[in-house]
Amino acid sequence: MRYITPRKAASGLGSARSGTTHHWNITMSSYALVILTPLFLIAVGGAIGLSQPEVVAHFGRPFPGIITALFVIVGMLHFIKGSQGGAIADYVHGTAQQLTMVAIAIFGWGVIAAAIFALAKMAFTIIAI
Amino acid sequence: MADVNRGNRPLSPHLQVYRLPIPAVTSILTRITGHALVAGIVLLVWWLVAAVSSPGAFAAADWVLRSWLGFLVMTASAWALWFHALSGVRHLFYDNGLGLEIENAKRASWGIIIGSVVLTILSLIIFFVS
Repeated sequence: MRYITPRKAASGLGSARSGTTHHWNITMSSYALVILTPLFLIAVGGAIGLSQPEVVAHFGRPFPGIITALFVIVGMLHFIKGSQGGAIADYVHGTAQQLTMVAIAIFGWGVIAAAIFALAKMAFTIIAI
Repeated sequence: MADVNRGNRPLSPHLQVYRLPIPAVTSILTRITGHALVAGIVLLVWWLVAAVSSPGAFAAADWVLRSWLGFLVMTASAWALWFHALSGVRHLFYDNGLGLEIENAKRASWGIIIGSVVLTILSLIIFFVS
């Protein structure tokens, strides 16, 4: 007797494949970004126009540093997911689709890495102003 | 085939003559703003990396950021960010089954458009005053 139901055979074969996970990812990161966006504007808005040592000191402080790091990480992951699943999957197909998705992931993670590198360096820099 | 309603049918809409309803415009703008925000974040992260690289690198990035082009990119990014955020909040309402009626969707669309412009102007005022 087979205990496997027909649902097992059909699971994951719908038109959307893994669409619910994707939608959930975007939803969760958007909740986070609703909170982070105004905080990020305050953190960055307060730094534009400062001199180089002042910029380093500004983002070396906990609030601007942590908020900026969180915003770039969550924002870029939201962008990678949103762009890959929301736009590229609709307009680009086949090999071009895979290559575009790889390019988006490389770009997104590259931006995250660059931002974290800069913010970490600022956090560990001690400047006397 | 006899057609009792020959004169009063809707015309077949073609993309070039079809006037998009306002919720469709805001939906497309959400995708466009989401992708356009890449320009703003790249400019800012370049500026951050330059700040820990060298005085010359920072001077270049800071000059671009504070030039008229940088002002344009940052102002456009602020609007795109507010627009995308407001539209995203509407999606969170949609996900919970709220505001899906056509009249509400139209009203929310105008709210997103007007709200994003107002919030951008407020952001600029706060930035330049403080």
